[in-house]
Amino acid sequence: MSRIAGRFAALKAAGRKALIPYVTAGDPLPASTVPILHALVEAGADILEIGVPFSDPMADGPAIQRSSERALKNGIGLADVLKFVVEFRKQDPETPIVLMGYANPIEAMGVQVFVAAAKAAGIDGVIVVDYPPQECVPFAALCRKNGIDSIFLLAPTSTEARIREVARAGSGYLYYVSLKGVTGVKSADVADIAMHLPHIRAASSLPVGVGFGIKDAESARAISKIADAVIIGSRIVQEIESAGAAHAVARVKALLAPIRKALDA
Amino acid sequence: MQMYDLPDARGHFGPYGGVFVAETLSQALDELRLAYERCGKDPAFMAEFHYELKHYVGRPSPIYHARRWSGLLGGAQIFLKREDLNHTGAHKINNTMGQALLARHMGKKRIIAETGAGMHGVASATVAARFGMSCVVYMGSEDIKRQTVNVYRMKLLGAEVVPVESGSKTLKDALNEAMRDWVSNVEDTFYIIGTVAGPHPYPMMVRDFQSVIGEECKLQMPELTGRQPDAVIACVGGGSNAMGIFYPYIGEEKVRLIGVEAAGEGLATGRHAASLCAGKPGVLHGNRTYLLQDANGQIVETHSISAGLDYPGVGPEHAWLKDQHRAEYVAVTDSEALKAFNDLCRYEGIIPALESAHAVAYAAKIAPTLPKDTNLLVNLSGRGDKDMQTVAEKTGLKL
Repeated sequence: MSRIAGRFAALKAAGRKALIPYVTAGDPLPASTVPILHALVEAGADILEIGVPFSDPMADGPAIQRSSERALKNGIGLADVLKFVVEFRKQDPETPIVLMGYANPIEAMGVQVFVAAAKAAGIDGVIVVDYPPQECVPFAALCRKNGIDSIFLLAPTSTEARIREVARAGSGYLYYVSLKGVTGVKSADVADIAMHLPHIRAASSLPVGVGFGIKDAESARAISKIADAVIIGSRIVQEIESAGAAHAVARVKALLAPIRKALDA
Repeated sequence: MQMYDLPDARGHFGPYGGVFVAETLSQALDELRLAYERCGKDPAFMAEFHYELKHYVGRPSPIYHARRWSGLLGGAQIFLKREDLNHTGAHKINNTMGQALLARHMGKKRIIAETGAGMHGVASATVAARFGMSCVVYMGSEDIKRQTVNVYRMKLLGAEVVPVESGSKTLKDALNEAMRDWVSNVEDTFYIIGTVAGPHPYPMMVRDFQSVIGEECKLQMPELTGRQPDAVIACVGGGSNAMGIFYPYIGEEKVRLIGVEAAGEGLATGRHAASLCAGKPGVLHGNRTYLLQDANGQIVETHSISAGLDYPGVGPEHAWLKDQHRAEYVAVTDSEALKAFNDLCRYEGIIPALESAHAVAYAAKIAPTLPKDTNLLVNLSGRGDKDMQTVAEKTGLKL
């Protein structure tokens, strides 16, 4: 059983829902990333999504775009992100880690080189935003062979056929994009999500995480009633932006802890 | 290369093209593909398209034999396909007309577009006005500074021009922002991409709408010269005017196809926009193609005197034609393009767009090396009125 599957199984047994925060690697400073990751785990994160900065983050709203620009100014590339994970793993061999980003940095490194390095670093899953299932069959197969989950996105616009295709190709969990839009701009609509999830449940037994537009403990709690995992990205990235390097660790902890509490209440 | 039926059903030209987009757009692209397949085969739709091309755009555009300049160059004969004479002053309107008609058939009321030099933005605003649709154009704030006249034209035509401040603040970032708009407003919005790039079906659809250029040439050149040209030359940014004139000639193996990229300050300086000459394959804006990128796979900032060529990618079909050696790709510097711009003004009384001046420059470069009975057909894809300010600044004039 993969670390991600193991984590979901344990949570299910305990009657809890997964909390999955996202941060962009190398933001605000390269040295901030590993301490922030540890702080997120201390504050109750079950799985970590680490963003790989990219020059053209087409699916992201302004908050994550700016975090990506800051990380790029710090010279952070995919190889650096893998190093952060190696560093993190020295202290934390348990928490599943998912890399999230765009296809080009992976292709520039070379798909085979990347998968081998990701496995060696202790990465458990990858989300490549612009790799839909039909365009990444060899990549997904290579990941699977190396014990890395390929996590795919589903959206309110996904058809039944599309949901089945994604359910077949994916592992680890399915990432339901709660709204039509980019990350962090609109707010998630719980009733709308509740209407779509049964279609996904019917096609797959994988856990379903919901992300895009979850901003506080209240919306996180509402979504946790219907999903297996709550994914929070832009809100955390905004907190890091306003806190700056000196206060980022304390502030993300203070932001995440009450959300954890709300999920467990 | 005789049989040519690309792209395949999922939009691939060999390893290039495809649909590399976030999930939210998959459904919209499927809907677009099906609508285009239906309309493209529908004689009534195609008749409507050709009616608009004739009566609104002003097609067919003539081919002009630049006799005086060819004589001065002392070698091959240069023929110019006059896309600069189209309504709005460039080839861009062939495509925006086709896509606007498609948008109408799909019941979409809102048009969005990205633009670099502003020509595609103007052509989109024009058809939106023509059909009574609302129009939002995304444009990098750097480009807005360089192309003030086109910004004003779009506003006159009733479009909203949204400055894009992210990334390098140029065409690629405008495309990102238009995609973000589309993801957020996917039900009522039609995204008119201006070039043969982006996710399937755009590269195929834009090529098809633009191929009216090459189809006309195949009739006009024999009328004018008794045969097809020896070479067809076009500038390549994203590559739509080039695909439009190349496509009908792909099966004519004796016709050389030459795409001319922007070498900016020189390929060796790194300040250029020559994706095919100096890039390597990767994934951007929904397709796999040649890209200008660094070792980490980050897209790099490009440079060209012409905003319309200032793009770090290129249409996937060009990538395929390059690898198959069916088309040759070369690059021309800012100063070579500027010289050709001036020469065409002085010797033929035609002010070309700086983009098109790249193709003209390459023709002028090789013409003296070729026999006098060699015919070079150059796509004069746009007129240079929009470039007055840029050219004046470069030559030290104040307007």
